[in-house]
Amino acid sequence: MASSHGAPPVFNNKVVAWIDHRLPIFSYMEKEYHTFPTPRNFNYFWNFGAIATVMLVLMIVTGIVLATNYQPNADLAFASVERIMRDVPSGWLLRYMHMTGASFFFAAVYIHIFRGLYYGSYKAPRELLWMLGVVILLLMMATAFMGYVLPWGQMSFWGATVITNLFSAIPVVGESIVTWLWGGFAVGNPTLNRFFALHYLLPFIIVGVVALHVVALHVHGSNNPLGIDPKGPQDTVPFHPYYTMKDGFGVMIFLIIYAAFTFFAPNALGDVNNYIQANPLVTPNEIVPEWYLLPFYAILRAIPDKLGGVICMFGSILLLLVLPWLDTSRVRSCTFRPIYKWFVFVLVIDVLVLGYCGAHPPEGWYVPAARLATTYYFFHFLILLPVLGKIERPLPLPSSIADAVLKKKAV
Amino acid sequence: MSIKFSLNKLIPAVAVALAAFSAGTIATAAEDMPPLPKHDWGFKGPFGTYDRAAAQRGFQIYKEVCSACHSLELLSYRDLEGLGLTANQVKGIAAEFQVSDIGDDGSAIERPARPSDHFKKPFPNELAAAAANGGKAPPDLSVIVKAREGGPDYVYGILTGYVPYDKLTPEQIKEFNVKKDDNFNLHFPGHRIAMPQPLEDGKVTYVDGTKNTLQQEASDVVEFLSWASEPHLEARNRTGVRVILFLLAMAGLMYAVKRAVWADAH
Repeated sequence: MASSHGAPPVFNNKVVAWIDHRLPIFSYMEKEYHTFPTPRNFNYFWNFGAIATVMLVLMIVTGIVLATNYQPNADLAFASVERIMRDVPSGWLLRYMHMTGASFFFAAVYIHIFRGLYYGSYKAPRELLWMLGVVILLLMMATAFMGYVLPWGQMSFWGATVITNLFSAIPVVGESIVTWLWGGFAVGNPTLNRFFALHYLLPFIIVGVVALHVVALHVHGSNNPLGIDPKGPQDTVPFHPYYTMKDGFGVMIFLIIYAAFTFFAPNALGDVNNYIQANPLVTPNEIVPEWYLLPFYAILRAIPDKLGGVICMFGSILLLLVLPWLDTSRVRSCTFRPIYKWFVFVLVIDVLVLGYCGAHPPEGWYVPAARLATTYYFFHFLILLPVLGKIERPLPLPSSIADAVLKKKAV
Repeated sequence: MSIKFSLNKLIPAVAVALAAFSAGTIATAAEDMPPLPKHDWGFKGPFGTYDRAAAQRGFQIYKEVCSACHSLELLSYRDLEGLGLTANQVKGIAAEFQVSDIGDDGSAIERPARPSDHFKKPFPNELAAAAANGGKAPPDLSVIVKAREGGPDYVYGILTGYVPYDKLTPEQIKEFNVKKDDNFNLHFPGHRIAMPQPLEDGKVTYVDGTKNTLQQEASDVVEFLSWASEPHLEARNRTGVRVILFLLAMAGLMYAVKRAVWADAH
């Protein structure tokens, strides 16, 4: 069944050939995951797509098993999670894998997004690929938020209250929307029920969008650290075994860090308040989301007006949908963008500052810091990016990937 | 100075950033509080285990002192076997408690607890607990060590952090508005705590002859409550060490395979 670039595969196994003639799944796998020509110059940032996929599968598998033992009832939920931890065989393992897995799924996806930003992976002809990625991020955030509500701890309850209340900022129909979301006049049992149903549903929608993301990726192939298109076979290697093995190595390293947290510090990334059962009569001193939502929470709180805050928070993510058209530079990779390269790092620091502000109560110097960082975030995308693309003089691009790789070897 | 440059610098940068992130979320709200007493807990770290003898003494304290007000409702009596008690000892402990049940004829009965029963609560419900304790129910202790910033150090700090009214400085009395009947605790947020000092030198008599100082009692009960919060910690640590060793070996193997596959492509 060997085949080189382009030629349709021939299957020696009669059963495989019979099936493939009627449903070409083997040809498809051969074409898309074996011979698929992939730029030969990926660095380790290109592992994070595979890592994120592994985390998604891991979250779905652990999540389904958890769901078979969980009670989505406001009176039972907290104790049922503890019952999973104490009485279900290896339940503690499933629960901590799922809980820590959410953090590491986001970490992988954020690094994946950074890779896209730095190497210009969102530019033509990969705009739809990028936009589907933004949709995945939004779905992940919704899923993570609803999943966090399920243990029915204090932070679950009050997080749900704060976030659902955001919709009350919508003029005229806001209050009705919030009542509709809650299924009542406060966060309660109906809210928990529907969040559980949606938390079970959305991951499969994520799988669907990931499939589209991969289909779109395989139309024009992956971007690469040089941001130039492969010009021929000398610039590419077959996806398997070159990148399957490299991804395998990257996945192992990532899983080591993930396992270290899961087994030795499973609660380090969580909030202690979520080990206190939800109590509608006692508000925690501070209501904060998990770390991966903190930058957006900081943007929400930085704006003195509620509706404005909600618009800016959602806008900060929706903005990414139009990123391919905000960036006016024709050069993809920051390797050849001497000025913009540094502003990508400034943006990363800006988002970290936002995250830091989001973790603290909005008082003292956190308020001006969060406002400044929010302003800079929008300045980066709306002003800096379009203007810099026009005035920056990119470095000369190498003539081909192979050329650049060989030149570096010679040095 | 092109591709490698960014990669080599970025990965540590991202790691540092993530660490700063998590530190940011953990280290909150500790202003103008004295630092928690540092105690060398044997269950900390990847190879940590519980001190069975200390945890058993801690259970004695829970049973004789804490359980008058605090429930431990997520635990069953059979869980005590995890502390090294035999099935018969557990049966005996459970049988000391009378629990409500429904008899074969459908009438309400009281029967001795069985090992499969959850720990008996000191009050029938939260309202009764609140009514008997000045308006606020004492918290359940099942996961208390995981539910407080500082964990075991915090609980130990509370138990050993009481200062009698006549030992307080006039500034403390003024700043925290302490009255003669208030309980002042160094480590409680706001310092005025509803719970009167629960432990003191000689509060319990240990059967194993351990000296019953306040520090000893507090440390023992924290060992017990830490076990109660995380009864599978030892299995978790053991599994973790094996999983990481496996992943390290697997990563080494994958790296070798990757090198071999790429040897002709470079």
